[in-house]
Amino acid sequence: MIINKRSIPVGTIILTVVVLLGLVAMILRYVYGLGATTNMSDGRAWGLWISFDLYCGVALAAGGFTLAGIVYIFGREKYHAVARPAILTAFLGYTLVILALLVDLGQPWYIWRFLFNWNIHSPLFEVSLCVMLYTIVLALEFSPAVFERLSSLDYPLIRRFNWRIPLRVIRSIQIPLVIAGIVLSTLHQSSLGSMLLMMPETLHPLWYTPILPILFLFSAIAVGPAMVMFESALSSRVFGHKLSIDVMSGLGKATAYVLGLYLLLKIVDLLARGDLALVATAYPHNLLWWGEIIIGVILPIIFFSMSSIRRNRTMLFWSAVLVVLGLVFNRFNVSMLALEIRPGFTYVPHWMEFAISAALVADAMLVIFLAHRLLPMHEEEAAVESG
Amino acid sequence: MSKGVLYDANKCIGCRACQVACKQWNEMPAETTTNTGSCENPPKVSAYTLTKIRFNELEHDGKFHWVFTKIQCMHCEHPACAEACLVGAFQKTPEGAVVYDDNKCIGCRYCMVACPFGIPCYQWDDPMPWVRKCSFCADRQSAGLKPACVTTCPTGALKYGERDDLIDEAHQRIAANRDKYVDHVYGEHEVGGTSWLYLSPVPFEKLGMPVVGQEAVTVNVERAMGAVPPVLVGVAAIMSGVYWLVKRRQQPGGEGAPNDKEQVEVPK
Ligand code: SF4
Ligand code: SF4
Repeated sequence: MIINKRSIPVGTIILTVVVLLGLVAMILRYVYGLGATTNMSDGRAWGLWISFDLYCGVALAAGGFTLAGIVYIFGREKYHAVARPAILTAFLGYTLVILALLVDLGQPWYIWRFLFNWNIHSPLFEVSLCVMLYTIVLALEFSPAVFERLSSLDYPLIRRFNWRIPLRVIRSIQIPLVIAGIVLSTLHQSSLGSMLLMMPETLHPLWYTPILPILFLFSAIAVGPAMVMFESALSSRVFGHKLSIDVMSGLGKATAYVLGLYLLLKIVDLLARGDLALVATAYPHNLLWWGEIIIGVILPIIFFSMSSIRRNRTMLFWSAVLVVLGLVFNRFNVSMLALEIRPGFTYVPHWMEFAISAALVADAMLVIFLAHRLLPMHEEEAAVESG
Repeated sequence: MSKGVLYDANKCIGCRACQVACKQWNEMPAETTTNTGSCENPPKVSAYTLTKIRFNELEHDGKFHWVFTKIQCMHCEHPACAEACLVGAFQKTPEGAVVYDDNKCIGCRYCMVACPFGIPCYQWDDPMPWVRKCSFCADRQSAGLKPACVTTCPTGALKYGERDDLIDEAHQRIAANRDKYVDHVYGEHEVGGTSWLYLSPVPFEKLGMPVVGQEAVTVNVERAMGAVPPVLVGVAAIMSGVYWLVKRRQQPGGEGAPNDKEQVEVPK
């Protein structure tokens, strides 16, 4: 554990450097425009930022609504200890998505226009509205942690206010908030898939299917708990409070079930469309398809269903990593690799695109570090049992 | 009634007067390009070149063909760009044109990704960029003029009129000259129909025209979006129901009840 304690400042320094580099790239992007700082073109109008920050970002932040649902709606108190960190990560994830959009949009200073010009037929409109509302919901869901901390602080100015009042207000609307979060998440996680339904001519038939929204929802639900396992394993390295193996294996099992359903849907869908042969014939796209399915679906299902692995923290961690990688692979496939580029164009992200994406992730990690140090990450009542 | 244009590749001589007329009317700057060894220039449509003539040298039925293709927005009957745009910056007017409004756009570029013909382009070199594409000269049309390209075409390769009339005429031209045309009016049914229609002596895929289905690309999106209200209500109801059930089951059994159940389900 001595090594771990020392590794925090080193990590923080690296993260800070990444953030600063991204900040420079961001300034350049605003001064010189998208053409000078990215490799996007008329042929590839959506690049790394949309694939990674929007498509992966939103899905990887699904831990917030899945865990909130498991704990507060389905009453599985056992998972209480991870609910709050999951909600924080989700909140940061969505903040990151919004920041990334402010970089990616050609006219970010006009982002408010979507509030006044509704095209209710556009799936992107639905995504935008839901992401905005859900970010607010997540902030409220997480706010008790802040209020708890504030009410325990002993500074004159802060003490003057009774922080128990907002705390009580939020607690009293907690269940409606969680339900709103689940509804909003269901809608926009699936609508990210609906957005791709507009491209039947350019998205490869291995991926293009009318049930794309449903597949998007299921893969997001599956990656939610996996992401929570991944993070809590990481944060337990840094901060020491380990998650009980019981909770970890429960999450793994849940992930396996959802992934199983997802796989079934994918296969039945290909069968129903008569395109199943494509998984063998559609070279080279079938390699991408097998890649995402083996890494993100088949291997994790096998691992999570082996009880020896479910007793092994390290293996659980790596299985969760596979699920996360598989999801990233999938989202890149549907939003970039299997989406035809206009003839005569090529696209490899510019280093500044990478720099900005990396900076946003580093940003979120720094905030998580800070939160773990400064805020009570487990709810007051739950803190005792989970310790 | 909605307007259309019929482009007849058999009549086009590749003079590119339409390209120039379009630049003039829309006050677009010239583009600096490199010599590719062809008279075709610029190589692609862009935010500053809303229409261009593509040169195709190809073989069909054992004969050499030098065929031209005019590229611009097809002004779809069910435009993907308009369905996609979250702020409704794209609109299909009753007269047929699909027009774009700077005052709504936020620059997400979904329209560019969605268009099945790869038409909307972006002002990438500008720090404050907008989308640009052919507007079917909606401004000229509303003043009773023909589109600039049609007005300038010296050979009559471009014909402006009612879309339905043009479709009839296209089929007549094919019927009158079976050996000169392939029996296909591109745009009559493509992605649910487009305002711009094409005739060609060779199959359209040889001209690099996208091979697209007859169904509007917006169909599945419309279905998915139609499911939103029921899903919203349904999920909210189910979640409330589950919460209520779980709560009720936990209460009479006291603290121990939920824990017992979990131990059965989750192996240690
Ligand atoms: S061709 Fe593309 S830009 Fe033109 S109306 Fe159709 S979808 Fe829109
Ligand atoms: S780039 Fe502008 S016009 Fe195109 S979809 Fe986005 S907001 Fe609409």
